[in-house]
Amino acid sequence: MGFTERAWRPIALLVVLFLAWWAVTAAELIEPYLVPSPGDTFDAIASRPDYFWEHTWATTYETLLGFVIAAAVGVFAAVVMVQSATVEKTLYPLLLFAQVIPKIAIAPLFVVWLGFGIGPKIVVAVLMAFFPVVISMVTGLKSVDPEMLQLSATMGAKPGQTFWKIRFPASLPHLFSGLKVAATMAVTGAVVGEFVGADAGLGFVILQANGNLDTPVLFAGLLIMSLLGVLLFVLVEWLEHLVLPWHASRRTEGVTTTL
Amino acid sequence: MTGYAVEIEDVAVRFRTKKRDVTALRDVTMRVDPGEFVAIVGPSGCGKSTLLKLSSGLLAPSSGSVKLLGESVSGPRKDVGYVFQKAALLEWRTARKNILLQAEMRGMPAKEARARADELIEMTGLTGFEDAYPHELSGGMQQRVALCRALLHRPPVLLMDEPFGALDALTREQMNVELRRIWQETKTTVLLVTHSIAEAVYLADRVVMITARPGTVAGVIEVNLPVERDYGKTMSEPEFAKATRHIRDHLGAAAVAE
Ligand SMILES: Nc1ncnc2c1ncn2[C@@H]1O[C@H](COP(=O)(O)OP(=O)(O)OP(=O)(O)O)[C@@H](O)[C@H]1O
Ligand SMILES: [Mg+2]
Repeated sequence: MGFTERAWRPIALLVVLFLAWWAVTAAELIEPYLVPSPGDTFDAIASRPDYFWEHTWATTYETLLGFVIAAAVGVFAAVVMVQSATVEKTLYPLLLFAQVIPKIAIAPLFVVWLGFGIGPKIVVAVLMAFFPVVISMVTGLKSVDPEMLQLSATMGAKPGQTFWKIRFPASLPHLFSGLKVAATMAVTGAVVGEFVGADAGLGFVILQANGNLDTPVLFAGLLIMSLLGVLLFVLVEWLEHLVLPWHASRRTEGVTTTL
Repeated sequence: MTGYAVEIEDVAVRFRTKKRDVTALRDVTMRVDPGEFVAIVGPSGCGKSTLLKLSSGLLAPSSGSVKLLGESVSGPRKDVGYVFQKAALLEWRTARKNILLQAEMRGMPAKEARARADELIEMTGLTGFEDAYPHELSGGMQQRVALCRALLHRPPVLLMDEPFGALDALTREQMNVELRRIWQETKTTVLLVTHSIAEAVYLADRVVMITARPGTVAGVIEVNLPVERDYGKTMSEPEFAKATRHIRDHLGAAAVAE
């Protein structure tokens, strides 16, 4: 399916939402200081492009770095965990604990430990993003047909061969669904990190705009942040198509294909 | 060659699970000559798959001994070709690359392996579908790929676990004819598990009947049909009718006695 064919519905919906936003503000149903018009919001960006570019880039950088580290750590943890049941039982509660603890609550601690630089943002982004990677990768590595492993044994395969030729490729579709969730989590993580102490990034922009009751800038920050999440998600999906052509070609047979 | 291709001596297999102990096989003795085609029939859950796994060392017996090609089996053996009930293909590999997995794992010379794969693809009528992915192949074609993969390294022993169970009757007959021809050409020892009595009699030199759990050998039938077996003609042979009836009676009687 072509891009236009897949993309026109979500784009149409976005246009409708924008029109609704515009209509509501144009009819002055809501005070502009509560909800700014689309025009004011875009003006806010256009009047200070350098400012927005700088802070968007800061968040993008933290997000990407956090995402990549989360993916690497998550895959590594999953591989180690499926090697032995003991390791899995030992690590799982720890991972679960790291996942359930509210990130916004421990973020200040990271600032105390790591300072106001990029460190705490990346740590929070990694913490938010790595769990879905581990879970999906563990599921993926375990999803291999046991008969496939027995077959491998009758071929005299070494453990490394079985892993690289069978287990790992078989786990990739699961891994990618985890990575897609992780991509959106990484953006949230980076912004949460910025909320607790930063002098750069979209979280900083939003916080500052909030303090000044500058809703157009606040909305602009939110808009760019969402766009960043969507872009990263689409990037991972594109990567998935690239890495797993066999999987994608199968999926298009489905009745519904969104984005 | 000295001795048997497969020798199962007084074997018992018990599975211990948390809930219960299952005796899958007991007092099983079975000997297969090199180059022989033996079919194994029996009711569901009687231990047919277990028997194949024993022969290849994927499973260790609780008691008794298993020998493959004169050697005691202790751990997975690589001198077999295994076809599972499901085709068990890797969906990210094309038909040819699925077949060549066998060669990659064994470190066979690439050129030789490719030539052999092409030969098998031709033999099983997969020509034109070498580069298709499993989901682009029909169930019968997938089974043929699995068969090619099992034959690639010219295994002295071929183990097949209901390889055609998922196929429609017509494709199944075609596959039977093909398998018979391949066996005649390769002269490999074959152990075939099947639910189809007709399939067993058409293909095999001997049919081993297993009773319901705990599985044990209920009897063995020699199939006195000519080596050259035309499918339609064989079906109407009196010997074919005799053999199939014998098996039916035997398995039926065993089921009643249970
Ligand atoms: N790994 C296992 N753990 C516990 N029980 C098992 C295991 N494998 C097989 N069994 C039991 O052993 C018995 C024989 O199983 P087996 O798979 O050999 O049967 P089968 O004759 O191949 O049946 P079917 O024709 O349905 O494939 C069954 O009762 C089954 O429940
Ligand atoms: Mg079985």
